[in-house]
Amino acid sequence: MNHLPLIIKREYLTKVKNKSFIIMTILSPIIMIALIAIVAYLSQLNNDKVRTISILDESGLVQGIFENSEKTTYHILENMSLDEAKALSREAASYGLLHINKLDTIEAVSEEHIKFYSEESPSLTLISNLESKLEKELTNIKLKQQDIDIDLINASKVRIDIAQESFEGEKSSKLDSFAKLGFGIAAGYLLFMFIIIYGNMIMRSVIEEKTSRIIEIIISSVKPVQLMLGKIIGTSLAGITQFIIWMIFGGLLMTIVSLVIGINLFETSVPQQELMELTSNGSDFNFYFESFKTALQNLPLMNLIFAFILFFICGYLLYSSLYAAIGAAVDNETDTQQFLVPIMMPLILAVYIGIFTVIEDPHGTVSTVFSFIPLTSPVVMLMRIPFGVPLWQQLVSLLILIGTFMFTVWFAAKIYRVGILMYGKKPSYKELIKWIKY
Amino acid sequence: MNNLLEVNEVSKNFGDFKALNKVSITVPKGSIFGLLGPNGAGKTTLIRVINQITMPDGGKVHLDGEILSPTHIKNIGYLPEERGLYKSMKVGEQALYLAQLKGLSKTEAKARLKYWFERLEIGGWWNKKIQELSKGMAQKIQFVVTVLHRPKLLIFDEPFSGFDPINANLIKDEILRLREEGATVIFSTHRMESVEELCDDIALLHKSNKILDGKLIDVKRQYKINTYEVGIRANNKAVLEQDLAAKFDISAANFKTLEDELKLNIKLSETDNPNDLLNYLTSKGAVSHFVELIPSVNDIFIQTVKNN
Repeated sequence: MNHLPLIIKREYLTKVKNKSFIIMTILSPIIMIALIAIVAYLSQLNNDKVRTISILDESGLVQGIFENSEKTTYHILENMSLDEAKALSREAASYGLLHINKLDTIEAVSEEHIKFYSEESPSLTLISNLESKLEKELTNIKLKQQDIDIDLINASKVRIDIAQESFEGEKSSKLDSFAKLGFGIAAGYLLFMFIIIYGNMIMRSVIEEKTSRIIEIIISSVKPVQLMLGKIIGTSLAGITQFIIWMIFGGLLMTIVSLVIGINLFETSVPQQELMELTSNGSDFNFYFESFKTALQNLPLMNLIFAFILFFICGYLLYSSLYAAIGAAVDNETDTQQFLVPIMMPLILAVYIGIFTVIEDPHGTVSTVFSFIPLTSPVVMLMRIPFGVPLWQQLVSLLILIGTFMFTVWFAAKIYRVGILMYGKKPSYKELIKWIKY
Repeated sequence: MNNLLEVNEVSKNFGDFKALNKVSITVPKGSIFGLLGPNGAGKTTLIRVINQITMPDGGKVHLDGEILSPTHIKNIGYLPEERGLYKSMKVGEQALYLAQLKGLSKTEAKARLKYWFERLEIGGWWNKKIQELSKGMAQKIQFVVTVLHRPKLLIFDEPFSGFDPINANLIKDEILRLREEGATVIFSTHRMESVEELCDDIALLHKSNKILDGKLIDVKRQYKINTYEVGIRANNKAVLEQDLAAKFDISAANFKTLEDELKLNIKLSETDNPNDLLNYLTSKGAVSHFVELIPSVNDIFIQTVKNN
């Protein structure tokens, strides 16, 4: 008799109706958004402050290069000693004091000559900003001293960007690789998150019958395989429900909060933006943006979406079945905590293989092999697919994944059935083999 | 077929431990069958084999003439000794779920549950969670779930544990009624008085072997000791006792009487006729008590287990 739909229904409904599940479903996005809002608000406060930086240039070489900007005011000090300047900038509550000592020649410039004094250690972006300004100016001065025409140098700079095209005429760029890598990593981490959040839930669900002592009643009417499968699918569906609610609810909340407070929560990474502005003049940035767009367009989107859904689901099911197997082997939840890490290992490995190997050689031996090994294939294969993987390879890998999942569920069921009969006796290897047989 | 269940030389090992050693039992249709034995004798393992929770290493089990297979699950109702229910599920939902697992349709299960809930006067519990119920209340639900799908074979492992005397009686009556309606019952317990009261057939397991089985009445005949409990009023008890000791094998007995009688157990040999004893006794005084001692299941249990 096939009880699978019945079991799935029960598992799903009990999970979804559970009070703590409902509370977590509602509370988690609220807490998340609240945290993000606080961080965003604070970092904005920080950024609104205008910094004053005092500059004491005893060399007289670089005074002209400091132009006040929106967030930084430069205060040029003259005709005073270093100590006086320090005292003054401290009094004026300046962010810091940049001191450039007298230089005999530009060649002699070193750390000894240029120093930044401040109350607290200065931010990284500020220092690199100052450094790049100084570097540029001093280089120019040096070039001038050698009687070299700077304009000529600037004019003769050539920018090369090698266009890539496959023999079939498909265009790509080096940014493609980053887009592809990004996709793989995103998939990997999503799988990660899902497993961390819901793996335990499956394990607990498998232990449930043992702790409530209903196991013998259930096992005398249902095959353990069906029970396992039902639990995994039911709990996963509950997890997906929760995740979707989080996405929708979280998105809504985020929009509302953004509108109310007037902070764009979607772009909180201010320091990176600053860096971007520093390193790239507008045209460069546009150029990158454009090639990023083509990079996205160059991904085999349809294939990716299908592969993502299938590999994600199957990968998740496989890891869930491992949790189920652990749940089947132990008597209570306290014994299970330690198993979390070993299960995550293959996933971490997969992400690293993806980053270090697939990007370098997407169709090399290592990448190919790991895209077939079931525990790593959900991540590695997803990373490989953007580079173009023959359909048969994807199918074979998927079949291996599903096969392994079924095997693990079946094995978990064996452990489960025998586990209830062992009365705390430790099974020998001989018995383990016998378990599998019957 | 007169036997509903036939277990034929079933063996089961757990590692080096032999849990069942070629055990055979036959359970006649419509009977109440007592499965007895000390702790660790293999009763639960045998029950699990019948329920297909455990696969035997050897031997065969027939239910109603067919080799036991997963399709028979719906023909068996099992109340295990180790029992529980989903704690956070509501009583009604849970009972429906378990009934559907046994192959009942939802509407059918609902109708039957309603009947049983009214019968046992627990209708008001439908929307309660198990964790809100007492142990005895949960036991009632378990009992209902066990019998709901009207199985041919009912297996109860210590069905009365956790019940107060009133509820235990209620359950006992229900079991007897189910038997009247045609069910066959296997009954495993350590409470010998309920075996005495309910069982038609028994089997005794000890150290993984079956050491005794048959109709309860036959077993008792087999164990009869030809001993009579006697109370007799006499003027001189000491003299009478000496006289009797010379003729019969006697020992002191202890039972309650109204007068100060001489109380003895008198053992006869196989060939003696109890009427001769009675005649002899009436010639000596007024006989107030004359009863054949029938071995109780308890005695048989202890005696057999000790001898093995």
